[in-house]
Amino acid sequence: MIATRESYGNILIELGKENKDIVVLDADLSKSTKTAGFAKQFPKRFINAGIAEQNLMGMAAGLATTGKIPFASTFAVFATGRAFEIIRNSICYPKLNVKIAATHAGITVGEDGGSHQSIEDIAIMRSLPNMKIIVPADDVETRQAVRAAALIDGPVYLRLGRLGVPPIFDENHTFTFGKGNVLKDGKDITIIGMGLMISKCLQAAELLKQEGISARVINISTIKPIDEELIIKAAKETKRILTVEEHSVIGGLGSAVCDVLSEHYPVQVVKMGMNDTFGESGKPEELLQKYGLTAENIYATAEKIVKNK
Amino acid sequence: MEPMKIYANQLRIHIINMLAAAGSGHPGGALSAADLLIYLYFKEMKIDSEDKENPDRDRFILSKGHAAPVLYGTLAMKGFFNTSELTNLRKLGSFLQGHPDMLKVPGVEMSTGSLGQGFSASVGVALGGKIDEKSYRVYTLLGDGELQEGIIWEAAMAASHYKLDNLVAIIDHNGLQIDGTNDEVMKVNPLKEKWESFGWNVIEIDGHCFTDIEKSFKQAKEVKGKPTAIIAKTSKGKGVSFMENQVGWHGVTPSEAERVKAIEELEKNI
Repeated sequence: MIATRESYGNILIELGKENKDIVVLDADLSKSTKTAGFAKQFPKRFINAGIAEQNLMGMAAGLATTGKIPFASTFAVFATGRAFEIIRNSICYPKLNVKIAATHAGITVGEDGGSHQSIEDIAIMRSLPNMKIIVPADDVETRQAVRAAALIDGPVYLRLGRLGVPPIFDENHTFTFGKGNVLKDGKDITIIGMGLMISKCLQAAELLKQEGISARVINISTIKPIDEELIIKAAKETKRILTVEEHSVIGGLGSAVCDVLSEHYPVQVVKMGMNDTFGESGKPEELLQKYGLTAENIYATAEKIVKNK
Repeated sequence: MEPMKIYANQLRIHIINMLAAAGSGHPGGALSAADLLIYLYFKEMKIDSEDKENPDRDRFILSKGHAAPVLYGTLAMKGFFNTSELTNLRKLGSFLQGHPDMLKVPGVEMSTGSLGQGFSASVGVALGGKIDEKSYRVYTLLGDGELQEGIIWEAAMAASHYKLDNLVAIIDHNGLQIDGTNDEVMKVNPLKEKWESFGWNVIEIDGHCFTDIEKSFKQAKEVKGKPTAIIAKTSKGKGVSFMENQVGWHGVTPSEAERVKAIEELEKNI
């Protein structure tokens, strides 16, 4: 089990060795966002903004104009909330080459509580022209996604988590920006997930199999631009879609899927996620349980859809 | 300094003409900064419109982006594009957006307009210069009302923390903002003490006096280990008698009669 923030910190060091244009900025959270390793190795290319997220993003924008590839990190709630308008006007509007690697996304932040649990960051970032969004599911995918982000010319939002996640992919996996992956084929329903919900989607598919229900499981790690083709194909072939995200059902993965299907191939889409509510303090697994983001609940919801209960 | 005065007058004529043609925009704060921009682009900065991507060039960022006409006029006079484009300001399809857009306008180093952000970006540009051990200098122009933005002080703290002696922030201190004087809306003084306490070298000048401007940039270069803030006392609407120090001319453009009157006045000075 390794958290995607940890994988991010590890790959940053590798990238730093390979490319001297990589610079990393943080806002006094480098031990938590895991940029501290890079800071130690490349002190000249690490800039601590202090507890000042607006200037964190503004400085990243300025650095990008000089040919640097800045990775700006802080918690997702501060990156997309506190610094939103700087991301809008100084990064996305001029299409500057800034990578926002936001950690501690979702309710699995845990004990810090609702003030620190970002459930709306994808909704906010999706609405910005020029912004691309990646939510990797595990260690292998995170390392590849961060690498891919560094090669994209323009703003990228990387959503990373605090909680350790089990491996989904082996080392042979190839992350392709803009492409989702069918992790398990099925014909009765498609479960589309992202991030740490992927392992739970796969467990749910196993439970459904025991009931004789064949569920397809898709990992969507590029939220924007989303893999329309894969989603439309799933809708055509399985007719029913269930989306699962550790994010609000308003504006997140489920909404992005609905945007595609309502226009190209309308089928029933049921969205699982945070139902227009903030999180609270508790252990990550307790919170996932309380807000219904468990394998059992995905299974139960999918079964209900398939059996049209 | 005679040529500087002539250039500044020409720039003010461009500003009046382009704003009158646009029918919207901000004359007051553009006119107050005209002398500063002319000096920067024609005397101070290492910058060449024939070699705009040169990584060693000096940079200017207009943090008070609503004064776009003063920047556009200067860039056109400096050869970045044709002066005949200026009257397309704010028109559909023109590259001269209401606020500076680096993707559209040759010579614009950073898209600005949302106050405070250009300053923050200029700190990033100066950091980039330090990381690469380059000798270029970064100049940014701030409004005094703009100093009310929180990000200004985040960025000011960072600039002195990182000892950015390659950064010069010029404060166009005309004392006026949309809703009234700084003092009425939200007091920004004492400016000198504020910037000094944030670790900056501070120089106070008359922002319309070229000798003062020249001296301040020279002194800024000599100071090592800290950024410099030049507090330039200016008159909003400078150069056009009926606009000078009038709060009402922040975001209102001249009618045709007013334009003619303003141009007449400015031409007399050439």
